[in-house]
Amino acid sequence: MSRLTMTRRGLLKAGAASGVALAAPMSFVRGAYAEDFCNMPTGGSVTLGFNVPQTGAYADEGADELRAYQLAVKHLNGEGDGGMLNTFSSKALKGNGVLGKKVEFVTGDTQTKSDAARASAKRMMEKDGAIMITGGSSSGVAIAVQGLCQESGVIFMAGLTHSNDTTGKDKKRYGFRHFFNAYQSGLALGPILAEQFGKERRAYHLTADYTWGWTQEESIKNATEGLGWDTVEAVRTPLGAGDFSQYLTPVLNSGADVLILNHYGKDMVNSLTQAVQFGMREKQANGKDFQIVVPLFSRLMAQGAGDNIKGILGTTNWNWSLQDDGSAAFVKAFGQEYGFPPSQAAQTCYVQTLLYADACERAGTFAPPQVIAALEGFEFDGMGNGKTLYRAADHQCMKDVLVVRGNENATSQFDLLEVVKIVPRDQVTYDPSIFGGELGPADAKAC
Amino acid sequence: MKQLFSREPFALLAFSVVILAMPLWLTPLGANYPDLLQKFAIFAIFAMGFNILFGLTGYLSFGHAAFLGVGSYAAVWSFKLFTMNVLPAIFFGVAFAGLFGLLIGYISLRRSGIYFSILTLAFAQMCYNLAYSVLTPITNGETGLQLTLQDPRIIDRAFAEAGAGLPETNLFGIDMSGYPGFYFCAVMLIICFFITRRIFNSPFGLMLRGIKSNQNRMGYTGFATRPYTLTAFVISGMFAGLAGSLLAVTDPLAGAERMQWTASGEVVLMTILGGVGTLIGPMLGAWIIKYFENIFSSFNNATLENAFSFLPEGLRTMAVDVSSLFVGEGWHLTLGVLFMLIVIFLPGGLMEGWRRLLRRFSGGGGGKSETAPVVQPAE
Amino acid sequence: MDAILLQFLNGLDKGGAYALIALGLTLVFGTLGVVNFAHGALFMLGAFCAVTFNKLLSLEQVVLDETKKTAWGTATEIRTPYIESWFGELGSFLLDYSVPVSILVTIPVMLLIGIVMERGLIKHFYNRPHADQILVTFGLAIVIQEIIKHYFGANPIPQAAPDIVDGSANIGALFGLGDNIVYPWWRLVYFGFSATIIASVFAFLQFTTYGMVVRAGMRDSETVGMLGINIQKRFTVVFGLAAVVAGLAGVMYTPILPPDYHMGMDFLVLSFVVVVVGGMGSLPGAVLAGFMLGILQSFASMTEIKSIFPGIDQIIIYLVAVVILLTMPRGLMGREGVMEE
Repeated sequence: MSRLTMTRRGLLKAGAASGVALAAPMSFVRGAYAEDFCNMPTGGSVTLGFNVPQTGAYADEGADELRAYQLAVKHLNGEGDGGMLNTFSSKALKGNGVLGKKVEFVTGDTQTKSDAARASAKRMMEKDGAIMITGGSSSGVAIAVQGLCQESGVIFMAGLTHSNDTTGKDKKRYGFRHFFNAYQSGLALGPILAEQFGKERRAYHLTADYTWGWTQEESIKNATEGLGWDTVEAVRTPLGAGDFSQYLTPVLNSGADVLILNHYGKDMVNSLTQAVQFGMREKQANGKDFQIVVPLFSRLMAQGAGDNIKGILGTTNWNWSLQDDGSAAFVKAFGQEYGFPPSQAAQTCYVQTLLYADACERAGTFAPPQVIAALEGFEFDGMGNGKTLYRAADHQCMKDVLVVRGNENATSQFDLLEVVKIVPRDQVTYDPSIFGGELGPADAKAC
Repeated sequence: MKQLFSREPFALLAFSVVILAMPLWLTPLGANYPDLLQKFAIFAIFAMGFNILFGLTGYLSFGHAAFLGVGSYAAVWSFKLFTMNVLPAIFFGVAFAGLFGLLIGYISLRRSGIYFSILTLAFAQMCYNLAYSVLTPITNGETGLQLTLQDPRIIDRAFAEAGAGLPETNLFGIDMSGYPGFYFCAVMLIICFFITRRIFNSPFGLMLRGIKSNQNRMGYTGFATRPYTLTAFVISGMFAGLAGSLLAVTDPLAGAERMQWTASGEVVLMTILGGVGTLIGPMLGAWIIKYFENIFSSFNNATLENAFSFLPEGLRTMAVDVSSLFVGEGWHLTLGVLFMLIVIFLPGGLMEGWRRLLRRFSGGGGGKSETAPVVQPAE
Repeated sequence: MDAILLQFLNGLDKGGAYALIALGLTLVFGTLGVVNFAHGALFMLGAFCAVTFNKLLSLEQVVLDETKKTAWGTATEIRTPYIESWFGELGSFLLDYSVPVSILVTIPVMLLIGIVMERGLIKHFYNRPHADQILVTFGLAIVIQEIIKHYFGANPIPQAAPDIVDGSANIGALFGLGDNIVYPWWRLVYFGFSATIIASVFAFLQFTTYGMVVRAGMRDSETVGMLGINIQKRFTVVFGLAAVVAGLAGVMYTPILPPDYHMGMDFLVLSFVVVVVGGMGSLPGAVLAGFMLGILQSFASMTEIKSIFPGIDQIIIYLVAVVILLTMPRGLMGREGVMEE
């Protein structure tokens, strides 16, 4: 015991030392106010924060997003073949970093949980000095991190998030979304459904019981009912239910002839697999072929459903089989780097990074208010989705939406989706005021 | 050391110094940024409170995260409805968690052992499932409860007009984000440490330990044990509520996944990892888990390349390849391996390791620290 | 009426799965006294036995076709499964039946995993506090999960049922109840399978001498040990058996639920609830609770019931657990003194 005995004097000394320690970080905080804005890059480099799910159900999607980010950083720094930089309509980016500063990045794990995602984003801002945060694979996470970014004065370029709320009710001045949303899925899918299945259809919805599911159900319902379809029933299913049999059997004898699965990720894989098992693809109802629709498709997730997705209609943000110059350049760069084609999540993340860098370059500064101004109302092309507008009113990209179908004769393991129609931008443009919400102020903040 | 630590003012002073100096001594570990420091303090409170129930009475609650969630929701609602001042928020958080604790504890404590664990788990899972779906008007479901520009905030509005952006949480004008937020949480942690220490050394604490070693015998001696266990349950629920409201204070958002069973499981793991029934063990466990979650997950290949840059080319690639399995997306693996190693080689958690170390240095004999090692009755 | 019958079928099917998972857990948890948080991982490993078997069967010969290029400029690959090019008809038959055939592989593999786990790790924890058991098995579960994730990724991997049981059985017509009662063949197979496994485990424990000794050892291992029987060895076998049951539950579940590395954790909490509701130390209790919860869950999901109690399908399992544990102190059929410390 003797050796570790503390003396009263020693303790007093320690106390004095810790008093000094207390004062130290406070002075850091004061020092921060001298900067113009949070994490202003001072050295020869600028740091971006890539916040993606690395554990949990969306880990593969997160990994693909991370690949895209790394590729984007390479291209921005002038390594590799430049990818979409060559096809991008804005020529501000020179391949010498951003505003002459080399692009560096930090990564973090969102775990697809709002708490963990915010903790990770805060680490990037407070410790690593990230000037922009991007990523995410679910709407809950995107909205949570977007809120944080607004408070901290750091720009957030959303990754994969499909809920209307991200740029609707919960939109933020500092948050930008390139991905499309549930409302646009409805607008794009509706006419195709009518064209393929006729106008007299009776739909049955199974909806994941949380915010994203509800907005999608509402959007698709509005779109199909506008075409003259009936909605027999809309049933909410618990998230992560696993076995959906108790929700699927009532569909069989309900008099419905279309089943709409408002599920994503694992829920979608499971409910679709099981719906097909219940014979819904061979079924006849009301004298018509029974149909299944999955409004939001993702190729990565569709792999999990195997053969069951064949012939099933849905929408997607982008698919690697597109033939335009931008898509081709990106698929080539990505494929050469990693040996397989990118997913839609990868594309949206790659484009978001480039768009941010380009906005800084055009604004001539990293100061968020100017960068936001450069992004708002920005019209561009050559990024794989046709002519695109970053709408100023809600920070939602207005661009073409793809209606796709599960490929019946796939030529490779990646060739899962076949593009049925590229729905042009003006058909999926809507009035931004319908969802309410406020963007809030753009003024710069110290951190 | 022993004599000194058993004297309250010194124990408290030493603890305060260590906690308040965290920004200093965590610098070499790369953990000295406000958010993680706040989390260290908050989850230490959570685990410490959990330990009052589990460590002292032996009742293993598998639904403690429910109180964390309730505390957060109550605090955020206080920010939304009344004022951005943190004191009412904390009051509501603790009060609501206490009420929930009373209710759930009253029912669950009718059973013991694994039956008790499953009852608490069931209540917490019900809270989580409902909060995520049908209770969305109150909890805002998946997205989590956040502040909005339309919130009434009646007390604040009575004094000042609403600004353009969202207001920040404050303690009479001091913003509770960043380092001030950490020091606020740290002070709370020190107060909680003081309370916990008092409970451990009080007749009440002794009674709880008695219940743990043999509840029947306690019953035979004429004690009604239920009121004691219920009190412990409510206190520990209030600690969790405090932790939950502090989470909301430092970052005004409350998400349903805070109540999921994995979150309840996490605090169980923290406590066991550090040492069940010890005063500061659960805190250490909480720090380790949070450190891994926030720091290890952030390493990527580029960071590793830098870390191993002193090695020659071939060796470096190998080192990066091997270590990349354990960091970044593999941080769970490290945590799993760590759990196993600790429980295999240090039964009794980190505090057991500390005790062994102490014993070695003091040459056997007096290495028994103030808290008795965990005695758990055999099956 | 049809709807109720169908929900009843759903309940039986679900119940079969729950009972099967809980059966293995209760063997370990309710009888050896080990809180095994790695049980879900065993279930998942079983499912991945099927995945691995299928992957091995469908190993492909890759020929590069230089004349056609992919979108990123490399040669396209022409893939033909070896097994088909070697065995022709038999090969494609094996591929088609890969899920049921993989049972043959799963049994020895899971037995081995179970025995290694018990001898190498669990054995040392019989007399340790539950807290330590929780920590070590949870750690083990994470390690197993992460290893699977490293090799198979995080996405679900689809497994198809054999073509012959593709589609649905018209049960209604079979029993003269009208045409509206159709149910997938594979789910009927799964129900039959789980019933068979449950029956065989009971038969093993009830009607063999070996099983009798094991049961005696569960009640009082000390006395059995004093009779000169190596009860430790039998416990190892019981653990192995539990692993096999969990693994088989996983294998046969793959066509219903495409497996991913996290599926064990998803079932873990549920299986604990089933075991405890059934009552600690009671195998029939676990089976009964499994079926009961499965059936109640199915009925709670009906729109008619959901419109009266919104969200009831989210919490029904936990609600039932609370009610049962409060009215019956040791669950449905629990024994006194097991895990009540």
